[in-house]
Amino acid sequence: MANDAYQPSLLDALTVGIWRENPTFRLLIGMCPPLAVSTAVKPALTMGLSVIFVLICSNLVISSMRNILKPHLRIMMFTLTIATFVTICDLYLRAFLPDMSKILGPYVPLIIVNCIIIFRAEACASKSGLLVSLLDAIGTGTGFTIAICILAGIREILATGNLIGYRVMPEAFVPWLAMQMPVGAFVTLGLILGLSAALTGKNKGAA
Amino acid sequence: MDKFYVILVGIMSMVLINNFVFTKFLGICPYLGVSGRIDTAFGMGMAVTFVATLSGTLTWLVDHYILMPNHLEITRYICYILIIAGAVQLVEMYVRRFFPALYDTFGVFLPLIATNCVILGVCLFINIWGIDNLLEAVVLSAGAGLGFALAICIMAGIREDLVLADVPEAFQGAPITLITAGILTLAFMGFAGMIK
Repeated sequence: MANDAYQPSLLDALTVGIWRENPTFRLLIGMCPPLAVSTAVKPALTMGLSVIFVLICSNLVISSMRNILKPHLRIMMFTLTIATFVTICDLYLRAFLPDMSKILGPYVPLIIVNCIIIFRAEACASKSGLLVSLLDAIGTGTGFTIAICILAGIREILATGNLIGYRVMPEAFVPWLAMQMPVGAFVTLGLILGLSAALTGKNKGAA
Repeated sequence: MDKFYVILVGIMSMVLINNFVFTKFLGICPYLGVSGRIDTAFGMGMAVTFVATLSGTLTWLVDHYILMPNHLEITRYICYILIIAGAVQLVEMYVRRFFPALYDTFGVFLPLIATNCVILGVCLFINIWGIDNLLEAVVLSAGAGLGFALAICIMAGIREDLVLADVPEAFQGAPITLITAGILTLAFMGFAGMIK
């Protein structure tokens, strides 16, 4: 236990990623998947679960080898560990959920360069024990999944009038096709961030 | 003439029509984070273009001459990320040794580029599209980098002016940047469908 610099309480480790440091809404890191796969809830949920899986596995592995890591090879080891688990995840999706794998396409392998996972490896797993790393991974992954599902839910309802295949809008509702296009992703996320800042009275992004 | 056509169409398609930032959401982090001033944005864009071309070409070669003949496709992502990290390291050492002036301009961005989605994205898309000749792979990866450079420069220009605008307090910073990016995407949608 040479360098356990990061030691929050267990409850803190679990909850910090869900709201106070939510990767998508608060820290604005790893923004590609939330914008790209949030056209509907199902792919968004698959993406969220994949990220949780990769995050838990890589956090556990990195945490268990934290005492033998050399500083200058650190990032390299992180990326290789993450790449291994992403490969497992991608092959699993391709074998058991081929339709979902087609929709998500290159965004599953792109989890490798997702800043959230490298950030948690650097800030938490390489500095703390297995239990804290595990809770932290679950918390951060859940925060990411919740964020991406909120975004996908709003976009799916407005773009098609359906939510996970069930009709939720009245018959007269005219679908907003723009919500399915890239512009919908950017503007929705911008409005969510702005509104949450207006409601909570905090705006971390303000210069 | 045929080769000239490939180059022209490839660059046009990657820069304007299938711009990675506007249609594939790749490279959003530096796009929102770094793009505050045009000159730094330009340096970043050029560095990305260079590394993207290099790693796009290298991954294509490794894919077709090492992985595919030996049926090692399962290690593809690990190989890609190693090649990119290696290429970035190589470029950094080379530039620092031979072009110190250039290193001062965009040297600080080089380590960041290893985890830029545009680079890995272009390698993956070249693989998914099933590009099977080297020229197209080189042209597409250069085009992807140039497209990123264009997007980040436009955004930096808008943000330089946005500083003077009177934005509601809750929307300052990231929210207004995202909405601006959305409107910019709308403008680039005009190019959609020009080439397949």
